Amino acid sequence: MSGHASTNFDVIVIGGGHAGCEAAAAAARIGARTLLLTHKIETIGEMSCNPAIGGLAKGHLVREIDALDGVMGRVIDRAGIQFRMLNLSKGPAVRGPRAQADRKLYRAAMQDILSEQTGLTIRSGSVEDLTFDNFGHVDGVVTDAGETISCGRVILTTGTFLRGLIHMGDEKIPAGRMGEAPSMGLSDTLNKAEFRLGRLKTGTPPRLDGRTIDWTGLDAQAGDSPPQPFSFLTDKIRTPQIDCHITGTTMASHDLIRANLDRAPMYSGQIEGTGPRYCPSIEDKVVRFADRARHQIFLEPEGLDDHTVYPNGISTSLPRDVQNALLLTIPGLEKARMIRPGYAIEYDFVDPRELGQTLETRRIPGLYFAGQINGTTGYEEAAAQGLMAGLNAALSCAGSPSFVLDRADAYIGVLIDDLINYGTAEPYRMFTSRAEYRLTLRADNADQRLTALGEKIGCVGPERSGAFQMKAAALASLRETVKALRITPSALARRGFDIAQDGVARSAMRLLAHADINMARLAQIWPALGAVDREIAEQIEIEGRYASYLVRQNADIEAFRRDEDLLLPPDLDFDGIGGLSNEAKEKLSAARPATLGAAVRISGVTPAAITILLRHVRRRDRSAA
Amino acid sequence: MVMVNDTIFAPATASGKAGIAVIRVSGPRAADALRHLTGMTNPAPRHACRCRLVDPEDGSGLDDGLTLWFPAPASFTGEDVVEFHLHGGRATVRAVCGALSRMAETRLAEPGEFTRRAFDNGKLDLTEIEGLADLIAAETEAQRKQALRQLGGALGAMLEDWRQKLLRTLALIEAEIDFPEEGLPAHLETEIKHNILGLRKKIGAYLDDKRRGELVRDGVFIAILGAPNVGKSSLLNALVRRDVAIVTETAGTTRDVLEVNFDLDGFAVTIADTAGLRETGDHIEREGVRRALKQADEADLRLVVFDASQSEHDPGSLALLDGNSMPVLNKIDTVKNRELPTKMGGFPVIPVSAKQASNMGALVDAVTRRVAELMEGRGSAPLTRTRHREALSECHGALRRAETAGAAELVAEDVRLAARSLGRITGRVDVEDVLDVIFREFCIGK
Repeated sequence: MSGHASTNFDVIVIGGGHAGCEAAAAAARIGARTLLLTHKIETIGEMSCNPAIGGLAKGHLVREIDALDGVMGRVIDRAGIQFRMLNLSKGPAVRGPRAQADRKLYRAAMQDILSEQTGLTIRSGSVEDLTFDNFGHVDGVVTDAGETISCGRVILTTGTFLRGLIHMGDEKIPAGRMGEAPSMGLSDTLNKAEFRLGRLKTGTPPRLDGRTIDWTGLDAQAGDSPPQPFSFLTDKIRTPQIDCHITGTTMASHDLIRANLDRAPMYSGQIEGTGPRYCPSIEDKVVRFADRARHQIFLEPEGLDDHTVYPNGISTSLPRDVQNALLLTIPGLEKARMIRPGYAIEYDFVDPRELGQTLETRRIPGLYFAGQINGTTGYEEAAAQGLMAGLNAALSCAGSPSFVLDRADAYIGVLIDDLINYGTAEPYRMFTSRAEYRLTLRADNADQRLTALGEKIGCVGPERSGAFQMKAAALASLRETVKALRITPSALARRGFDIAQDGVARSAMRLLAHADINMARLAQIWPALGAVDREIAEQIEIEGRYASYLVRQNADIEAFRRDEDLLLPPDLDFDGIGGLSNEAKEKLSAARPATLGAAVRISGVTPAAITILLRHVRRRDRSAA
Repeated sequence: MVMVNDTIFAPATASGKAGIAVIRVSGPRAADALRHLTGMTNPAPRHACRCRLVDPEDGSGLDDGLTLWFPAPASFTGEDVVEFHLHGGRATVRAVCGALSRMAETRLAEPGEFTRRAFDNGKLDLTEIEGLADLIAAETEAQRKQALRQLGGALGAMLEDWRQKLLRTLALIEAEIDFPEEGLPAHLETEIKHNILGLRKKIGAYLDDKRRGELVRDGVFIAILGAPNVGKSSLLNALVRRDVAIVTETAGTTRDVLEVNFDLDGFAVTIADTAGLRETGDHIEREGVRRALKQADEADLRLVVFDASQSEHDPGSLALLDGNSMPVLNKIDTVKNRELPTKMGGFPVIPVSAKQASNMGALVDAVTRRVAELMEGRGSAPLTRTRHREALSECHGALRRAETAGAAELVAEDVRLAARSLGRITGRVDVEDVLDVIFREFCIGK
């Protein structure tokens, strides 16, 4: 080692948002000397948009990050002020944990947990440029102070800071988040490398002073009692819990918006980026769903001792005076004081098809991208990418094989596979409907799916490892038990169970397939089942409930993995494959799928094209052998 | 550098001596091929032009023919296509193909490659390609009509319509799952149930079509059955008007099963003569009887033959009479003074003499009517292949499960599988853009 150990790192993470935090913690966890470089140390873990973590599919991502010993789950458990399990009325596969966060507590918890991480150095500073070795591999960064810090790998998690442009009415302000300078220098560096860039748009609502809201008459929404933690390691939520409130727009709001559409940058042609379909601005909603009389607004407090309220549902880029007038038309907000107006922000993102499965860029070896820079939206999507980039940068530095999750392993796998193969035309958000193997990829079994994989690469600490192994053993034992216990239909009928009298004895596991039979009812037959730990019992109930579907799904997964196991050579020249249509060649060349399975999923690549591809690869393999 | 597709060419007509032969060229160099061989640079699209074809290497004449120019995408393959209509004859075709193959980036097409390109470029779906193959292979009028309808996209359009309905239903379910807090309309659940039930019934009725389309495509199978020596083979000969079966006076001559394919008033029919049904010690003949009974089971229509000269009829044969069979009373020429039965086993009897060829017209008419009944049914887009039926049955099964699955995520899983089964028939395996439907129809986003 050289004598400059203090300025010499394995992995440098640029950006202290949700992707950056997770990336830095992950790299350090598996032993890489890691530096986290951010504009301001105080804003590490900042929730720049809505003060909430999780939700459907997003909650799944948080559980998966947690299963790999990431930080997000533990942080929100220390900062959550209202926990709710969404979709409780539906089955376990589509339930998602969500929590409102106290923004201050969230920042503090994140900064605490990161400061405890061994091997992680945190410094403030902005990065102006990257340095390269003779082979074009990244070997360091240059800071705004002119300092060069050398390293093995760089992870860029700069969010919307690339050519960020805020719109509010006809006002335009170059910026990342409100009040922070965008990093133009880095944007130029990426331009020089000729990354394909796209432009996206997202918005945020005005922030209100909760003391000026008239809460009487608004519907209150309480959290779950008791609140259920995100992290498999958290036994209990200790923060005080509060209610949220719901109001909605009125016809007067809609009239006002329609009268001022010409002043909305979205409609005046001032914004060129594509916004998300699922998180439209209020002006968008009013135009597209003209017959709706009301749009819901969730009033979400930003903290226990913070009066700021986040009115979720009225993201807008209308001018300040229209925003003020809009509040007058909304029940409860008539006298509300606007702390700061809502705005739309346009920003550059890198076409994620530029990335490989590890999120390393193909243009610049050693450089990784994670988070919003790849076209995603949401803290959870960002954190999931940060985790994977951090792990892989550190593994690659150590000369270890990469760590890739596929679509049947995790939502994280779905996320990255979607991004690197299809790219995205709007800010990418996770939905449960994006996961083909949704019944398998549940929030409740994230640890069963992933923790053992994490142990293999060394990213799981001893505390989690111990807890996981105990749980896995308890699950295995109960699973064996309920499979072995059997009872005849006539015996069931005598106990008041409504079961077909076909003379076929059934196992306890099979009985769990009935929606109205749970472990508690089975304990009436077999009292020993009543003594089982609730969490363990629930897991087995879910397995029993889904059993016949999971058998079918497992067969699908096997077929999927057979395709997935067929690796396409990284240097494959798609243009040179005879018989492929031009469209197929273009799409394949842009996405460069790593496996045959990934190629199958690219839209516009037909089954015929896949057959040609398969034949070509097989022929190539034979001639190489 | 972007390398483009190869340009492919091949004779489109069967080889041999003929009035004309057509050579088809498809791909980016099709226009070059036209220029090289004829000197034409700016051909009018879809117009026949008479011109001299010359070998570009030495300027010698190849033929005097017609050319047709179909610029992309309005062509069979979706690429630039040129057709050369030449005088038929192997040497001419060989000479023109030779000249084409000497051009850069052109090659002889592999079997089916034009059609594959049409599929790749979205010009035909799988059912349309099957329709095309069936049309080329069609031998009877009914086969021709059915293939033409399928090539025209009738089956594909119906299946795609169903698939779109399923995707829309799936979108409704997914909206309920992924956006529970968005205040979605209350009637969604009813609409979902209604859609699933409606489609399941429709598909069920479609599957219950007595294999009509497959019968047209593969032909109706008719078995001639009966005791030995009632004249089954003679009847077959009389029906197809050529000596195909061995006819002797010795009982048990036809020991195996003999099949003849023929065109019955436009319908493809396979008719099988079988060994006489009787208890026998001869193990070869016993095997023949076993096969005859198997054929009886598999037949779409059974002609059960009886000997008019006998007063007692074979009980085994009588037992075969049912709604799918017709009793035929043969050898009526041998009966003079006795009244013939008009019904046997409750079914109207057709009296004939195969040997004298008397009343055979009535038999042919009766069989034709029955065959026509088997093939004609409701709708205009029959299932023509077993794989259609299997995939549609899978779809039907998944929808049936969906009706009782209860939990939204399980209903979604079954509907997804149902949609996938339909997509397999037409070859639509693109990513289901369910989210697109959700965002188009509902206001999502708090």
